[in-house]
Amino acid sequence: MRNIFVRESGNYKTSYVDDMKLFGTTGEKVKIALIIGLVLLVPVFATNYWVGLLTLCVISSIGAIGLNILTGFTGQISIGVGAFLGVGGYTSAIITSTMGLSFWISLPLAGLITAIVGGIFGLPALRLKGLYLAIATLAAQVVILFIISRWTSVTGGTAGMVLSRPSIGSFTFSSNISYYYLSVVILLITVLYATNLLRTRVGRAFLAVRDRDIAAQIMGINLFRYKVLAFAVSSFFVGIAGALLGHYTMIVSPELYSTTVSIEYLAMILIGGLGSVLGSILGAVFITLLPVGLGTFVDMVVVYFPDLYSLLSAFKEFAFGLVIILFLIFEPGGLAHIWLNIKKYFKLWPFSY
Amino acid sequence: MTFFLQMLSNGIVVGSIYGLVALGFVLIYRSSGALNLANGEFVLFGPYICLVLMTSYNVPFYLALLGTLVVSAILGLVVERLVVRPLQHAPTISVIMATLGLASLLAGVVHMIWGHSTKTFPQVFPPTPLKLGGVIVTPVYLWSFVIVIVLLIIFTVFFKYSKMGLAMRAVADDQQAALSMGMSVKFVYAVTWSIAAMVAAIGGVLLGNISGVSPNMATIGLTVLPVVILGGLDSVLGAIVGGFLIGVIQNIAGGYLDPLVGGGLKEVVPFIIVLFILMLKPYGLFGSKGIERV
Repeated sequence: MRNIFVRESGNYKTSYVDDMKLFGTTGEKVKIALIIGLVLLVPVFATNYWVGLLTLCVISSIGAIGLNILTGFTGQISIGVGAFLGVGGYTSAIITSTMGLSFWISLPLAGLITAIVGGIFGLPALRLKGLYLAIATLAAQVVILFIISRWTSVTGGTAGMVLSRPSIGSFTFSSNISYYYLSVVILLITVLYATNLLRTRVGRAFLAVRDRDIAAQIMGINLFRYKVLAFAVSSFFVGIAGALLGHYTMIVSPELYSTTVSIEYLAMILIGGLGSVLGSILGAVFITLLPVGLGTFVDMVVVYFPDLYSLLSAFKEFAFGLVIILFLIFEPGGLAHIWLNIKKYFKLWPFSY
Repeated sequence: MTFFLQMLSNGIVVGSIYGLVALGFVLIYRSSGALNLANGEFVLFGPYICLVLMTSYNVPFYLALLGTLVVSAILGLVVERLVVRPLQHAPTISVIMATLGLASLLAGVVHMIWGHSTKTFPQVFPPTPLKLGGVIVTPVYLWSFVIVIVLLIIFTVFFKYSKMGLAMRAVADDQQAALSMGMSVKFVYAVTWSIAAMVAAIGGVLLGNISGVSPNMATIGLTVLPVVILGGLDSVLGAIVGGFLIGVIQNIAGGYLDPLVGGGLKEVVPFIIVLFILMLKPYGLFGSKGIERV
């Protein structure tokens, strides 16, 4: 009997072009079309609350893919994502609310300006690596947030700024469902870009820098250029995610972009899988839905522990930390690796040896 | 001038505590090459335990401090065994992330047990302020300073002359060579983590005496990062000097410039310094330069 889980029965590629193809077989194209169709159909049967949650997942996925380009592809650790999200959100807020321009202009501009800021804070990456770079990006986070919360005339200080939902002509993306579709479209573009990036010269240079930067330099890769480029490209997507998030929640304020947010994004790509686009999405969904899942869990056991409600936020912190540690120890490859293993299992099923 | 001296003395006292907490960082970095970003939560645990011992069980301060040290040492051992050892050969980012996860986990535990409110420490040191040449110094500050200095001397001697200190230096220098000489690297790691936790707890108790015990104390874990970067990640002397420098600069900058920018500069100045140090002298004042070969 033909195994229904296997779309390819062997490796018959005869040229590099074949090998590098984004969609190898018709089956793969069908599979991806099905997944996209399913994602687009979600609002039909999901409640408004869930559509809202999924929108958050989609937006975090964009940011997580951005961070994964930097940390997963290029190997540069950044604990400053939260601040870059903030730069994106605030840029869009200033352009739309203060200057009165359209969202469709502010969104790419938010990406570009975040990319420039990211590139500037990526400059130390030339001399620093590992722990030192992590601390440099953490410093960037603190300094950027300080500037945001003190530059009252432009950013509104600690009170934050109010944003409006985007619109085309007379149609406003005010409902959760319409905003969900908007975010999904941007996520699809991001995914396409990130998967394609790996097939290009720049993407291969990123991977070479990640694996051994000095060796890459000896082979003629301009370290300075590619490291700064990685920071810029990554920050671009993080900035886009920040702008989308700002227009979705319709408010930006400094405490929304604290170090905790940076840690959450790092957790997303680590739990999802470093250097994997699919992993970034899985991780983003996992981390975004984790508090919701914990809330449901607490609802169930609250009968036995009546005072658990008051501990909910602390319990979420505890569980967040525990999940990160467990993943790091028992599944360093992340969710993407788990998914791969499941696929492998079914590929050989029922003779898995 | 008095204002300047006041800021200077405040800076020195805060700096001495920074130095102590930074010492915990350096110890762990030297022996296992890991950056313990959960150090702030280690700092948090100490004063809470000390407080519980003193208020609920009416234990005198010195015994409570001793108890705190024992509990902290156990905490360090548990963390080393359950989190650090399985990740011994993992890449840097995994270790950083694990300690961040650990920080979240420990903070969650502290919040679950003790809540978010600030608790005042029972009076341990006499409250009447002393005047030293026009500068007002409360005895708590003076005692903190003295205790920190004594501890720093003890650690310097410990590293130089004791067998364990030598073993720790050897492991830090070359793990393989230490192993082949018959040293138990695992044991050294365990001791390092428990000592680091104890040092952090002492820092926490002193800090709790100065400004009350609250979950916000954990931020010192991040504030101390600039200290270790300035001093050099692997230098004990650097941690101490860096601690004083950052403490003094922070207080003076905060005192003079805060009115201009609207406050909050104290928390940011160390990080601005870090950005400059990392650009100009990435290995800090006393850190050893890493040489890399392909």
